[in-house]
Amino acid sequence: MDIYLPIANLSVNALVIIGLGGLVGLLSGMFGVGGGFLTTPLLIFYGIPPTVAAASASTQVTGASVSGVFAHLQRKGVDFHMGGVMVAGGVLGSLIGAGIFSLLQASGQIDTVILVLYVLMLGGVGGLMLKEALQAVGAVRRGTPVAAKKRRHHPLVAALPLRWRFYRSGLYISPLAPLILGVLTGILTMLLGVGGGFIMVPAMLYLLGMGTQVVVGTSLFQILFVTMAATMVHATTTKAVDIVLAALLLIGSVIGAQLGARLARRVKPEYLRLALAAVVLVVAFRLALGLGWRPDEIYTVIAE
Amino acid sequence: MRLRAILLLLCAPLAMGQAKPVLVPDVSQRDIEIIYSFTGAELLLFGAILYPGGRVPDDRADIVVVVKGPVQSVLMREKQKVAGIWVNAESARFRSAPSFYAIASSRPIGELVDERTRAIYELGLDSLQLSPITSGSPEQQQRFAAGLVDLRKRTGLFVEEPGSVEITDDVLYRANIDIPARVPVGRFTAETFLIRDGRVLAAAVRDIEIRKSGFERFVAAAADQWSVTYGLAAVALSLALGWAAGALFRRF
Repeated sequence: MDIYLPIANLSVNALVIIGLGGLVGLLSGMFGVGGGFLTTPLLIFYGIPPTVAAASASTQVTGASVSGVFAHLQRKGVDFHMGGVMVAGGVLGSLIGAGIFSLLQASGQIDTVILVLYVLMLGGVGGLMLKEALQAVGAVRRGTPVAAKKRRHHPLVAALPLRWRFYRSGLYISPLAPLILGVLTGILTMLLGVGGGFIMVPAMLYLLGMGTQVVVGTSLFQILFVTMAATMVHATTTKAVDIVLAALLLIGSVIGAQLGARLARRVKPEYLRLALAAVVLVVAFRLALGLGWRPDEIYTVIAE
Repeated sequence: MRLRAILLLLCAPLAMGQAKPVLVPDVSQRDIEIIYSFTGAELLLFGAILYPGGRVPDDRADIVVVVKGPVQSVLMREKQKVAGIWVNAESARFRSAPSFYAIASSRPIGELVDERTRAIYELGLDSLQLSPITSGSPEQQQRFAAGLVDLRKRTGLFVEEPGSVEITDDVLYRANIDIPARVPVGRFTAETFLIRDGRVLAAAVRDIEIRKSGFERFVAAAADQWSVTYGLAAVALSLALGWAAGALFRRF
């Protein structure tokens, strides 16, 4: 079933795109990540122009995170105060990201930067996750519980001026810390079309020292609004949001996300995290190969 | 003196019309509309060769058909290996690169005309007038031009089909040209050339309009002109679909 994408200017197999969205949705439902880190490279691999891929992937992440936010709202798992500061930072970051995007585009290095950022980010986070998941799996096998780390924020965070109380997170820290975190993920969202959940969650846990019960909900809340902002920024600056592509991805991913969430309840969380680490590292490895190997296309053509 | 020159000029077409054959070309579709199910189109170019007095000469003439898309100004970048990774290094600009170019001929174009004629009429992928506007060396421009042709050939935007024009009884000709789904929109031209003994005897042009239609046209226009509304629509769509899936699955 072929369908023409009006912004990407090419025709794709609708079922392949829906399936791709479904696969990403399945992973995002299982692991609680947005899945943008998979959508963008897979779309580029399928032949969609990188800019259109990143722009439309951020629209997809919005849809995938909506139901997650609702679920966490019911459990009071969202710290609006903290989330609001992060969203403010995220919107700022996506505007900065748009500036960086056009600068890099003009210098011709946008594709390389996107690839290198992906490899570093996925490799780093994947490596950390793998290490942590292996320890957890080992502990489960031996039957000894892993000693919970003492919850405290990083000394750098404590050094920032201006302190606010974040009741639901149980923190008394400077709002600048979540703001900066928000800005950084906003930039990543704009450049890579990722929600940034798998950067946010560890940073909120280990840098800010937030309580675990609000981390995922607040992160999803932030992702929801920042991807919405990124879609708007893309729509008005790069004009690369393909609504037909986004709709196809969404149909697959929202269904996949629901199925994934059900599947996740049957598997031990330690093994889930190990599997996610493996997926992330495989993607990072494949992209790293792409940097070093001679690319299929030596030339790129940009119509002006 | 001047009067005689003018008279001569006025009579020239008549005199030539008697000696030279005329082409009557047509295309199967004057308008190609891109809709949601568009996966490319097949264009049939056909027509007749009218010889003066209806007498078909003994030595055979050849037909060359060229379909050209609107020209673009393009920026090309070339990847090179720097410090172990492939990055964009050198670049070149071409002011008039055709966005689509397909050539079909009754015999390989190299056997029909010499290089100079090919360059004048832009016959063949190696004879495109790309108008480079960089200060690079001729070798560098050559390299980039070859890269452009190779890239567009593999995406189906540049096509060379020697020997695919059929000529029936030295009078009627027909050729099929495939238009791929990645085709750009705009005004295309279909040129037909009648060639004999290395000379272009007659040429004729027909216009073809390729445009997005219906929903596709609406979306492309909306994204361009009402970008804020378009962005809001995309956001609303993703929120609605995400919420609907959640609500639907809670029931089961």
